[in-house]
Amino acid sequence: MKAKLLHIQGGIRMRLEIHNALVRDVQWGDTTCLRDGTLSINRDEAVGVVAADENFSDVKLELARPGESVRIIPVKDAVEPRIKLEGGTSFFPGFCAPMEPVGEGKTLVLKGSCVLTCGPIVAFQEGFIDMTGPASPYNPFSGTNNVVIVAQPVEGLEKHAYEKSLREAGLNLSVYLAEQCKGVRADNVEVYEKGTLSEENEKYPGLPKITYFCMSITQGLLHDTFLYGADMKHIVPTLVHPNEILDGAMVSGNCVSACDKNTTFHHVNDPIVLELYKRHGKEINFLGVIPTLESTVLAGKERTTWMNANLARQLGADGVVISEEGYGNPDTDLCMNAKKCEDWGIKTVVISDEAAGTDGSSQGLADATPEMTGFVSAGNVNEMIEVPPMDRIIGFPKSIAFLSGGASDSLREDGSMYVELQSIIGSTNELGFSKLGCEWI
Amino acid sequence: MVREMEKVMGVPVVQIATIVPIMMTVGTNRIVPGVAIPHPVGDPEAGPEKDRKKRRELLERAFRAMQTEIAEQTIFTE
Amino acid sequence: MTFRVVHYINQFYAGMGGEDTAHVEPSIRKEATGPGLQLGNLLKGEAEIVGTVVCGDSYYGENMEKAREKCLEMISSFKPDILIAGPGFNAGRYGVACGDICAAAAEKFGIPTLTALYSENPGVEMYRSKTFIIETGDSARAMKNALDAMASLSLKLLRKELLGSAKAEGYISRGIRKSFFHEKTGAERAVDMLLKKIRGEAFETELEMPVFKKIPPAAPVRDLSKATIALCTSGGIVPFGNPDHIRVSSAESFGKYDISGLEDLTAANYESIHGGYDRVYANEDPDVVLPLDVMRELEKEGVFGKLHDYVYCTTGTGTSVAHAERFGQEIGEELRQAGVDAVILTAT
Repeated sequence: MKAKLLHIQGGIRMRLEIHNALVRDVQWGDTTCLRDGTLSINRDEAVGVVAADENFSDVKLELARPGESVRIIPVKDAVEPRIKLEGGTSFFPGFCAPMEPVGEGKTLVLKGSCVLTCGPIVAFQEGFIDMTGPASPYNPFSGTNNVVIVAQPVEGLEKHAYEKSLREAGLNLSVYLAEQCKGVRADNVEVYEKGTLSEENEKYPGLPKITYFCMSITQGLLHDTFLYGADMKHIVPTLVHPNEILDGAMVSGNCVSACDKNTTFHHVNDPIVLELYKRHGKEINFLGVIPTLESTVLAGKERTTWMNANLARQLGADGVVISEEGYGNPDTDLCMNAKKCEDWGIKTVVISDEAAGTDGSSQGLADATPEMTGFVSAGNVNEMIEVPPMDRIIGFPKSIAFLSGGASDSLREDGSMYVELQSIIGSTNELGFSKLGCEWI
Repeated sequence: MVREMEKVMGVPVVQIATIVPIMMTVGTNRIVPGVAIPHPVGDPEAGPEKDRKKRRELLERAFRAMQTEIAEQTIFTE
Repeated sequence: MTFRVVHYINQFYAGMGGEDTAHVEPSIRKEATGPGLQLGNLLKGEAEIVGTVVCGDSYYGENMEKAREKCLEMISSFKPDILIAGPGFNAGRYGVACGDICAAAAEKFGIPTLTALYSENPGVEMYRSKTFIIETGDSARAMKNALDAMASLSLKLLRKELLGSAKAEGYISRGIRKSFFHEKTGAERAVDMLLKKIRGEAFETELEMPVFKKIPPAAPVRDLSKATIALCTSGGIVPFGNPDHIRVSSAESFGKYDISGLEDLTAANYESIHGGYDRVYANEDPDVVLPLDVMRELEKEGVFGKLHDYVYCTTGTGTSVAHAERFGQEIGEELRQAGVDAVILTAT
């Protein structure tokens, strides 16, 4: 026991160094390594990492680079290759890594690369990525060098088992890639450091105290999120240090509407955490992150939102940023979170997308409350976009008929598509990852 | 104005005016269409007798409106 | 090849007169006139006003279907690429006519249409989703800015340019949401907004929560024969001489007048000071706006219990929404305390 825990030193101030090794190209090669900005991958070895799971009857890996005329469809998750250099083992505690705390020490990131998981639809609602063209500005993955896992389940494999296998495959492959590149020199290092609440409160007594509710899909039925490997629909909200979010504590198991899914990639790059961290000690006192649920039953919604508000209150928060994941019934949780905090004098701003209809004239939220006076829009999920055919398709093009935002007549003979923004993965991400928003016209 | 009056008083406030769509937009619940903009409750052009008769007709309509149970904005044309 | 513009204006801007000519039927001019002259200048080179359609505000308001049809016919005869109406500023009837003809022309001819109104003009709520309504100041003092904005947007529409947000283009939103890429990420915008909120600084939400401004109807009067009814008007009917100096438009106050013992309103005792309609009839016999005479008759017959001793009067034209709401609340409170059972309010 003692020997295993030696590397976890920690201290009062949690300090995390993110070592970014920039990836500008990805190629198949003899060894998996990162040299002069090119991520070289031994194809057989990499396939082997995924194929080790007996639930797959067939595993293929494909590469997709920025600017190429490539469409990847349907995409389930996106994972950024990362590995602990110090202060932890592997990455993703509860999955690839053993159960251990994260957020300290050193972490290597293969920055500019991404693992994408892709598989035939089994009534899922994933999305697509175009590496070029009109759809490309709508997510970060058209700008990353992608390694795509295309994995077929064995015949008769149960949905949940398939989802788990594919989810873990993405995590395993990304960890494998990062691990093989462990010796590489970082191009830049970012330091994230923040002490305990008492320490920081003492240092910055005059700065407004801000916390962040990271609302996550927890609907079950393949719409789940994991915190340290725990299925979040079974937890109650809690407080974590922002470093833990940046260091892989949250993993996505969410196969719902692609546009506003928080992929695992989005979690480790959480823009709200990064923005609040940037201003910590200068304009604000960043208290920490409250990962929280979106229950599908009223009692659960009430419990969660009361606990969220109570946590914020106990922490002495002056303000909360609230991000939603998904739309529809979580809009109710969003309203409750805003109302309960505002009623207690805690100011709120929410980030949410809108389902304003293909013509943009519908009310964008399923629920509303007058207290939600600070709203940042992530765009209209129903807005239509015309995308041209791509030279190469990775995955299963016909699945567009089953994607939210697509229909059986969305895909034309020539490969062009007329679909809603909903079907582009990450297009209306509600962590506020992109610059997209809505205006009145 | 009519909507606010009704909200405060809790009793019917019947509006007689000519441009019905405006009354719908501003939230008047009991609407009686008037004769014309410069003379909503009269018809002076038609002579004193007809004018008065018209006025009576509209007021009686307003009385009917205020005695009618309604669930939403309603235009009373008789 | 220049674009063909048709301009719609009312009798006043066509130089035909004021309220006294508000009943004129639609007519045409084969060139620009009134504000169209300057509008034409601003469009020069790219577009030209090939004709003007003129209609009296009251005629349009009282004969909407006929007026619309006739005007559409006239507009069509000029074979326009675009219809521009107004500007109407805060004139209610004019604003409704502008909005209505623009909506109808857009639907019938498939051409872009635009007008320009003050945000509280009733025409805005009614037609904003069916045409483009440039936002103007509340009176003709804002003419220059209105015409500039109208010309600018017209040319963009004619050239079929990609438009920015309603705010950026200067028109009142049509109630449609569209996705745009901002300068900053959503996360940055959220933290900026939260800090402003905490500091008590002004901030602008990106989506306003819907406000429901209709109220459930009040329960009906149970026994009319015993009911006390109050009369009110926004038609600007006041005792002769306007003792309370109620404004002829943009009213900021209302008057409360004792009518106990008064059987009839005449040219001698009452008058109309409302600036927004032709007052000839109301001045001759104010009963055509505030029906005191017949109410007394019906009271005597026992149709209803009692006519409340006080009438409340204000001017409805140009009255701001905020004031109108306040009047409603204040008058409502007084009448409630007086135990009035129902109210009849006339408006012009």
